[in-house]
Amino acid sequence: MPLDIKPVAPGHSFTVVGTRPLRPDGLDKVTGRAKFGADATAPGMLIGKVLRSPHAHARIRSIDASKALALPGVKAVVTRDDFKEGDPDFRDVLRNVMARDKALYEGHAVAAVAAVSAIVARKALKLIKVDYQVLPHVTDVERAMRADAPVLHDDMFTSGLEEASDNAASAAKAEEFGHVEDAKEKESDPHHGASLAGGFRPQSKKPSNVAKRHEFGHGDVEKGFAKADIVIERKFRTEATHQGYIEPHACLANYGSDGQGELWGCTQGHYMVRNVCAQLLGMDVSKLRVTASEIGGGFGGKTTVFLEPVALALSRKAGKPVKMVMNRDEVFRASGPTSSATIWVKIGCTKAGRITAAETELKLQGGAFAGSPVDMAAMAAFACYDLENVKAVGWDVVVNRPKQAAYRAPGAPISAFGVESVIDELAHKIGMDPLEFRLKNAAKEGTKSSYGPTYGPIGLIPTLEAVKKHPHYKAPLKANQGRGLATGFWFNFGGQTCVSLNINIDGTVALALGTPDIGGSRASMCQMAAEELGIPYDKVRAVVADTSSLGFNDVTEGSRATFSSGLATIQAARDAIGKLCGRAAQMWGISADAVVWDKGHAKPSGSNAGNFEPLSLADIAKVAANTGGPIAGHYEVNAEGAGVSFSTHIADVEVDRETGRTLITRYTVIQDAGKAIHPSYVEGQYQGGAAQGIGWALNEEYIYGEDGKLQNPGFLDYRIPVASDLPMIDTVILEIPNPGHPYGLRGVGETSIVPPLAAIANAVSAAAGVRMLELPMSPPKILKAIGGQAAGKGKSKESKGGSKR
Amino acid sequence: MTSVRVSTTINGDAVEYLCDAEETLLDVLRDRLGLTGSKEGCGTGDCGACSVTLDGRLVCSCLVLGAEADGRKVATIEGIAQGDKLHPLQQKFLEHAALQCGICTPGFLVASKALLEKNPNPTETEIRYWLAGNLCRCTGYDKIVRAVTSAAAEMRESR
Repeated sequence: MPLDIKPVAPGHSFTVVGTRPLRPDGLDKVTGRAKFGADATAPGMLIGKVLRSPHAHARIRSIDASKALALPGVKAVVTRDDFKEGDPDFRDVLRNVMARDKALYEGHAVAAVAAVSAIVARKALKLIKVDYQVLPHVTDVERAMRADAPVLHDDMFTSGLEEASDNAASAAKAEEFGHVEDAKEKESDPHHGASLAGGFRPQSKKPSNVAKRHEFGHGDVEKGFAKADIVIERKFRTEATHQGYIEPHACLANYGSDGQGELWGCTQGHYMVRNVCAQLLGMDVSKLRVTASEIGGGFGGKTTVFLEPVALALSRKAGKPVKMVMNRDEVFRASGPTSSATIWVKIGCTKAGRITAAETELKLQGGAFAGSPVDMAAMAAFACYDLENVKAVGWDVVVNRPKQAAYRAPGAPISAFGVESVIDELAHKIGMDPLEFRLKNAAKEGTKSSYGPTYGPIGLIPTLEAVKKHPHYKAPLKANQGRGLATGFWFNFGGQTCVSLNINIDGTVALALGTPDIGGSRASMCQMAAEELGIPYDKVRAVVADTSSLGFNDVTEGSRATFSSGLATIQAARDAIGKLCGRAAQMWGISADAVVWDKGHAKPSGSNAGNFEPLSLADIAKVAANTGGPIAGHYEVNAEGAGVSFSTHIADVEVDRETGRTLITRYTVIQDAGKAIHPSYVEGQYQGGAAQGIGWALNEEYIYGEDGKLQNPGFLDYRIPVASDLPMIDTVILEIPNPGHPYGLRGVGETSIVPPLAAIANAVSAAAGVRMLELPMSPPKILKAIGGQAAGKGKSKESKGGSKR
Repeated sequence: MTSVRVSTTINGDAVEYLCDAEETLLDVLRDRLGLTGSKEGCGTGDCGACSVTLDGRLVCSCLVLGAEADGRKVATIEGIAQGDKLHPLQQKFLEHAALQCGICTPGFLVASKALLEKNPNPTETEIRYWLAGNLCRCTGYDKIVRAVTSAAAEMRESR
């Protein structure tokens, strides 16, 4: 944390911050004028289309594009031969953008065409001949870990094993937890070791689909379990879901023969796009200028590149601008959904409700390349609790599916689903209100978190206390209804950020930001600039500046935009105020030290300084040319101190025991925002995260066939919540100031998707009278669970404290 | 490729265009006429981002051929405001923060306007079912439903 960040005093009274002004980009967005990724055109523009692998796993023997190139109207074809492998750090992103020796998932890009129209481009794709050698595939995370699984990368060796606290025990658990195979398979597999017959043995010497093992925690869980009166362990499963942004990926590239390029498109981070594309195309970073269009949702899915390098390569080859837009089918098959997972959780507690030990093992497939968010899932798993003995192990696994991309609080909803379900069950088991149970074990200031750091001031207990006071928690339920509670945590990020604030001649302010605005963040930035400068909100106009106009900015992700760009905006405003005071001092002929800034005016600091009429920002701006020229404030930072955030959700559901359909009847989100800059958009983040979580819990899933192909790549079959599926989503904003931000704000975007999976599972389990262990809780699964319960088939395991699993 | 000649009315103005026989009305609006306010979210009629009205009836323009607009009246998001005066729905969407990213907003506005023309006093349930063909991934629909309710009330009062 830079030392020059001065927080406002506690109880500070804000003027603009905390109000709800109309957003600066609002008019364009309600009139259809706003320009999104697919809305740009250029003279002489071609249309680019991608040829994608129909196979889940195949070696590409050869690609023959001669017939496509001969089709009238086709101007360029690119394949793997048009991209050179260079920096190993960019190897996976390049291979994902365009397949090299192998297609690793159905939908993997194999070639691309630029033609005079979409119709011609589509015809050309059909003329490209690809000779595939189809290979065995694997799309399930546990199958991919087996010794007999087809291996995706013959150079992938499991890393992180040397850090295992107890390697032998870990390997043994790997065998026990989900790698158990039947006797026949054991015999037929030549790779099984004697001591681990039938199981996966993680090792760093033989290639496998297991990229990495992660471990977090402290204390001794075995000792902790020995002290428990009751221990519950469960195994859960979640399916892959997609961010489901309504705007498909789109870009417009223009690469000139002078080696300079321009790119327009929808992305969460245009500086990242510039750097990655420059690397993949062998360009100087300075020669590529990227402009971020308005962005139609991202939720983490637009934090990488897919079409952008391909469009630039096509444009380079054709010598013309090339526009590329994915269709929805491509978005589902070939962008970056999140992981599917298996989650094992074991928690022990005393009869008095104190947790003695907590342990989890998580397996997340991240698609065809390493990098699933299992590390963050493991770190976040027990972050809500004050624990003496805690251990979280995560396995990062590759399968023949599209490479996952971030999805809102990546990994955390998955581990929270398992942990918060077991917490709920433990509370009921010892006859304690789940809310009281959480209060008894909640992390607070000074708690050593399960992932390492010790917490500063945090808002978990206030969210739980707010649940207690909320009328929702005590409202009566009807037949077949159930209520569930869950808490959630997210780290929040800071990162590289850079802001310019220019004072215009008429006293208005032009604010240049580098973090694409996805949910109304420009409004919040204008509010913070206006607050600091002491001028009205509508005097500040914010833009998301292109990559040639500002220094590097990290991607809008990790709930960092309003925190980091907000912090930089405030600091840039303070920088400008210093200069404005200097100009006033010059106009008055006094020392700059003798001038203060108060409510938008420069004033002499006291009677000793002199007796001058205050000068407004506009007064000083008007004569800036005579006092030294333009006035601007700047700030560049790699922001730290983002301040973790907690949220507790209450979900009421009604389960139809005949159809298995679950209806959300009431939903409340209570979350700490640190400081809500624009409360309407904070509420919007809470509601949106809850709605996505509801979809994940009840309906959404990637369904793969035995052929390794995605069976539901459209919004009809991949069903995100529609208006008639949801009730109003109530919100309560708490404000526990974050000491790392001048106004105390914490990022709010992600935490809200963490609790819903478990909150709804707890509610459905209460309503249906049977513990739900798999997502989504779609009607067939609920009917099966109710049926299984009727037949007395409980598959849960419970044990008294200290006993072996 | 044989082009079809089409004479139609868009947002009250007479418009003529040539389009390919297989081209959708959405593609014509966006690519030939520069009316990019209608968005393509799916191309299969599932998301409603391309909602327009055709002779007053709410349709997904991605499921209508450009040629089918011949002799008919098309209304798009670009025609909802009257000059510099926003439609009450547009104003309420802004006031209620009923949009985050804004990609679905044109479709929601076109669909909501069609609803209020049929039913000036819809219940929350009627709004939710009418708008069930429009997907929004950002808001959870709460603020959209409130904005439509509020616009409906204002429009009833000003009658």
